Amino acid sequence: MTTSISIKVQTDDFDVAQEYAALREDNTQDGAIVFFAGLVRDMNQGKNVTGLFLEHYPGMTEKALANIVDQACERWPLSRVRVIHRVGQLHISDQIVFVAVSSCHREAAFDACHFIMDFLKNQAPFWKKETTQQGDHWVKALAKDEASLKKWNAPHDRK
Amino acid sequence: MINVLFFAQLKELLNCASVQVEQNTPCSVSQIKQALIAKHPAWQVHLDQDNILCAVNQTMVDLEHEIKDGDEVAFFPPVTGG
Repeated sequence: MTTSISIKVQTDDFDVAQEYAALREDNTQDGAIVFFAGLVRDMNQGKNVTGLFLEHYPGMTEKALANIVDQACERWPLSRVRVIHRVGQLHISDQIVFVAVSSCHREAAFDACHFIMDFLKNQAPFWKKETTQQGDHWVKALAKDEASLKKWNAPHDRK
Repeated sequence: MINVLFFAQLKELLNCASVQVEQNTPCSVSQIKQALIAKHPAWQVHLDQDNILCAVNQTMVDLEHEIKDGDEVAFFPPVTGG
């Protein structure tokens, strides 16, 4: 099946309602939409966070995200996929990332959204620098994020 | 000529965002690293860290990957987006 894919890397904020509307518009075949929105928290790795700067590798970022989405499309019957990742200076409670998929059934939609987020966290070239009252620091990659990919090795296909 | 880019913490530690390397090609990612360290000995401690990742032409590769003239090589720490 041909999947309609939208991938954006941008400094601007995004409107979840608009994204949801784009997944529903003229869509009579899908019974399920699942989306994930990631936000800036005020506490991370034991420190009070006051802001966040997101650096990325322009060019590779889009390519890596497209590759992850393609893998999800091969695995699950998705008709629409929308991914947005913000870069630049963000503040507490700002939206960082949005991943949404539509599919005929909920199992495929849940799994595909989860899969895209897990791989995005491990393979897309973004780096977070946190601002705290004690100064700035680069966020450390966590072993649990890498471990999160293992669950996708087992066959999950529900096509 | 190989164009080499650095990102995030590695860019700050080296105080360098990009550099051009004269290197006979084809060569491996390891050889590019060695050429960089030969020119900038102070970079060794940062470039030889186990967790440093490499991309060639914007695709993640391992240290044995073959590099051709004109390729874009990038080194960076583990990613932390999402």
